[in-house]
Amino acid sequence: MLVVFIIATANFALVHLVPGDAADVLAGESGSATPEYMQMLRQRFGLDKSLPEQYAIYIWNTARLDLGYSFRFSEPVSKLILGRLPATLILMVPAAILSFCIGVGMGVFASRRVGTWADSVVSVAAVLVYAMPVFWVGLMMIVIFSVNLRWLPTNGMETIASGYRGMDYVIDVVQHMIMPVTAMALFYIALYTRMMRASMLEVSTLDFVTTARAKGLNDSRVAYGHVLPNALLPMVTLLGLQVSTLLGGSILIETIFGWPGIGRLAYDSIAGRDVNLLMGILLASSVVVIVTNMVVDLAYGWLDPRISKG
Amino acid sequence: MNGSSGALFRFSRNLPATVGAVVLAVIALIAVFAPAIYGTGPWDIVSRPFYWPFEKAGLPLGTDMLGRDILAGMFDGARASLLIGSLATAMAVLLGLVVGLLAGFYGRRVDNVLMRVTEIFQTIPSFVLVVILVAMLKPSVGTVIIALGAVTWPTIARIVRAETLSLREREFVQAGIAIGMSDTRLLFVHILPNALPPVIIAASLLMAQAILLEAGLSFLGLGDPNVMSWGTIMGNGREVLRQYWYISAMPGVAILVTVLALNLVGEGINDALNPKLRQL
Repeated sequence: MLVVFIIATANFALVHLVPGDAADVLAGESGSATPEYMQMLRQRFGLDKSLPEQYAIYIWNTARLDLGYSFRFSEPVSKLILGRLPATLILMVPAAILSFCIGVGMGVFASRRVGTWADSVVSVAAVLVYAMPVFWVGLMMIVIFSVNLRWLPTNGMETIASGYRGMDYVIDVVQHMIMPVTAMALFYIALYTRMMRASMLEVSTLDFVTTARAKGLNDSRVAYGHVLPNALLPMVTLLGLQVSTLLGGSILIETIFGWPGIGRLAYDSIAGRDVNLLMGILLASSVVVIVTNMVVDLAYGWLDPRISKG
Repeated sequence: MNGSSGALFRFSRNLPATVGAVVLAVIALIAVFAPAIYGTGPWDIVSRPFYWPFEKAGLPLGTDMLGRDILAGMFDGARASLLIGSLATAMAVLLGLVVGLLAGFYGRRVDNVLMRVTEIFQTIPSFVLVVILVAMLKPSVGTVIIALGAVTWPTIARIVRAETLSLREREFVQAGIAIGMSDTRLLFVHILPNALPPVIIAASLLMAQAILLEAGLSFLGLGDPNVMSWGTIMGNGREVLRQYWYISAMPGVAILVTVLALNLVGEGINDALNPKLRQL
């Protein structure tokens, strides 16, 4: 709660630190700016009031989830954001789940074959992918899978005017999702793989693992029953961080793939200098991160009972 | 063998890290000298548009949609990436050191307030904040550096705070306090040098991150309009991606190589400074 409040305050400060106000921007765009017109605009958006007054109004409105009005789209900001959020989430959630599962799987795979060629292949691939710009991966996927092989559609969330219904519609959307989700997931697959491998190896040097071996348990029982659950803990923390990165990355990915989500909205609002909308997106995406972190904290307590006691 | 030359020795024995360091040095040399030696500017129209790489002698990487020499753009891009990356990292390290040292050394109230601020910066999705900062402040090399520094410092602050917290309890610092050393002297002479090694490792990884963020920014057209960076070339090439994909592909490879080199060097330093972890 406090964090949301402070972010809102920072937003307000940022908007008012920059010279010029919304009236200037709007007037500049309409081409004519008589002092009377400017005065009317300022009055309409409450910009003629004193700063503390404006601040109080802004915070009060934010608390009521009223994030202001988008001049560019002629719609309330909160309505725009809530309308676009589902599209972003159906990219982000699968990307997060996929990268977590595949990354953890590959990390475990590599750690059980330390020093072999299989381990080297996985590790080198992870290091390479980790250094690739996500949007470049997206562009190259378009070139390969859509321009050359013609397997997948490049743009948007569904085939326009296709009239698909039911299952056909679902399949159509999934086909549109494949590339953006993969592009978003790849970076974190690499990160999870590297972290999981290191984490498995670290846990396997601990005393309780030696004890388990000494009891005569076989290798896979030790790996999956003893090492894995403990090695997973740091991965869960990464999940919270990943959501923050994915939200930022969605600006690039959604722009490249023409996906109608929050990221695309952010890009359009920059092009249109729509300050209210930008601030709303910043606030909304921070709230998404805060909620995820709360869920991660709860999951952490559940996975490691020692923590919830603290 | 003393500590530092031991670490240097271990670093040089680490093949990937050495290769990374050499590659980085080559890119740095290109960034500094190539634009002047090559002569052609990244904005000069030298030939007809859309020559593919190696298609025409004298234009090894071809031309873009306006007939500009892509190789010249790549040279300038190296300069932009390294300059912005290193200055943004320097800013993040400076900010992180100040916040981390103060929070760790003075504890209590100061620590509470500073860590709250750090937490807030870590909550806001960094790329969203960078985009908004640059868009509001008008894109230029200066604002891009400020925006990148502003979102990357919390990592450094956290590391420095943790180091400072543990160093403050060590005997040599306690002894310093007992003989009445000033806080500034304690901080700069005793705590700072000992807190630096993990900061250096984090800084090399941060620089990689800053280069990726900068590429993303200029790809969206939010870079300095007077600077040809790798992201700018990719963003321009995107409009003709279907036929002339080479324009967007090549800067991506350059970024990949630079970021990879930085990551390898960072890990090499890490392994050299923490030899115990090497077996992992």
